Amino acid sequence: MRTRKTAKGLKGAEAGLNRDLATILTGVVLGTLARYWMLRRDFRQYPSYPHAVVTHLALGFVAATLGAVAVPAIAAKEYTAVTFLALAATQFRDVRNMEREMLVAIDQSSLVSRGPDFIEGIARTFEARNYLVVFVSLAASLAAYALSPPYGILAGVLAMLLVHRFMRGKLIGDIAKVRPAELHFEGANLFVEDIHIMNLGLKEIRRVYEEKGRAVILEPLDDNGREILANVGQRQAIAHDVAALLGIHRDVDTAEFTPLLRRKAETGRVGMVIVPIEPDMECLLAAVRNVPVLESAFVRPLAARAGRCAAD
Amino acid sequence: MEITIAKMILAAVTTAGDRRVEGCPVFYAADEAEAAEMCLVLSRVLEGVAHDMGNGVYIIVKH
Repeated sequence: MRTRKTAKGLKGAEAGLNRDLATILTGVVLGTLARYWMLRRDFRQYPSYPHAVVTHLALGFVAATLGAVAVPAIAAKEYTAVTFLALAATQFRDVRNMEREMLVAIDQSSLVSRGPDFIEGIARTFEARNYLVVFVSLAASLAAYALSPPYGILAGVLAMLLVHRFMRGKLIGDIAKVRPAELHFEGANLFVEDIHIMNLGLKEIRRVYEEKGRAVILEPLDDNGREILANVGQRQAIAHDVAALLGIHRDVDTAEFTPLLRRKAETGRVGMVIVPIEPDMECLLAAVRNVPVLESAFVRPLAARAGRCAAD
Repeated sequence: MEITIAKMILAAVTTAGDRRVEGCPVFYAADEAEAAEMCLVLSRVLEGVAHDMGNGVYIIVKH
């Protein structure tokens, strides 16, 4: 009798272990996949391939494990296991610092810098994505534990789609109309339509601008867009992204060819000049439209009564 | 951390010999062509931009 009971208990324990294992495995796999999926959308901002990918996949794996273990731990009444999540938060804040330090260091050696706002945005995204992985793996393991692993996979995929849907920020194309424009000189002063960009003293430089320079105008769609484009960090991010995508006709000693975005205070319109290696205007417009709106630049004066009132 | 001087007039080039230009290294040129050549060299060496003040004076500024 006693032997049979023990055998039954052992079997039960084994079933429980298998269930825990299946739960954790589902959560870990789905969470790590989620991190990989989110990394794939990063290439424009952060192309350090493949070592950075390994680093972030490894951190994603750690985050997924933490999320996946939480459910079986709570089911086993191991409530203290939840404190692991607090540990995770500390870990991922370090990810943000690591990314920031690295990007600031390499920013000095790029021809068109990202600027501190863009870097902060990227670093923050890297931190946040680890929390999103915890969320995905938690959702997957919860469904796997409560129902069965196939449901866990389904829940994980749903969580991923949810993350994809809500974490997609706005693009410049959503807040402003981007159109081609003509650049011209008045004496030594460079203008894009009526927007003064800079003063260029040398004739050779002016000739290069006249031959190869390209200009676009960004017209904010509303007052929110106007304030976003007023942000200097946002404009630096546009200059960086466009230069990275189209190439830039400059070297360290030709500061004249740094792409510039200047604002007409009266209208809020922003003019941009660049001397790209690839002079294709359609690609230039697409590059500008696809620059992300930085979180630090995102403001909504129209959401406040005073802002709406001032807008009329 | 690299430290550089920015937003400052690093040098001035002028063709107007009778005009007093002070406060930074000043280079006097005989004519416009020489001034342009000097501006080019200075802006490359200092990694700055040559700006035309419109009165025969050019300034080199690092941004």
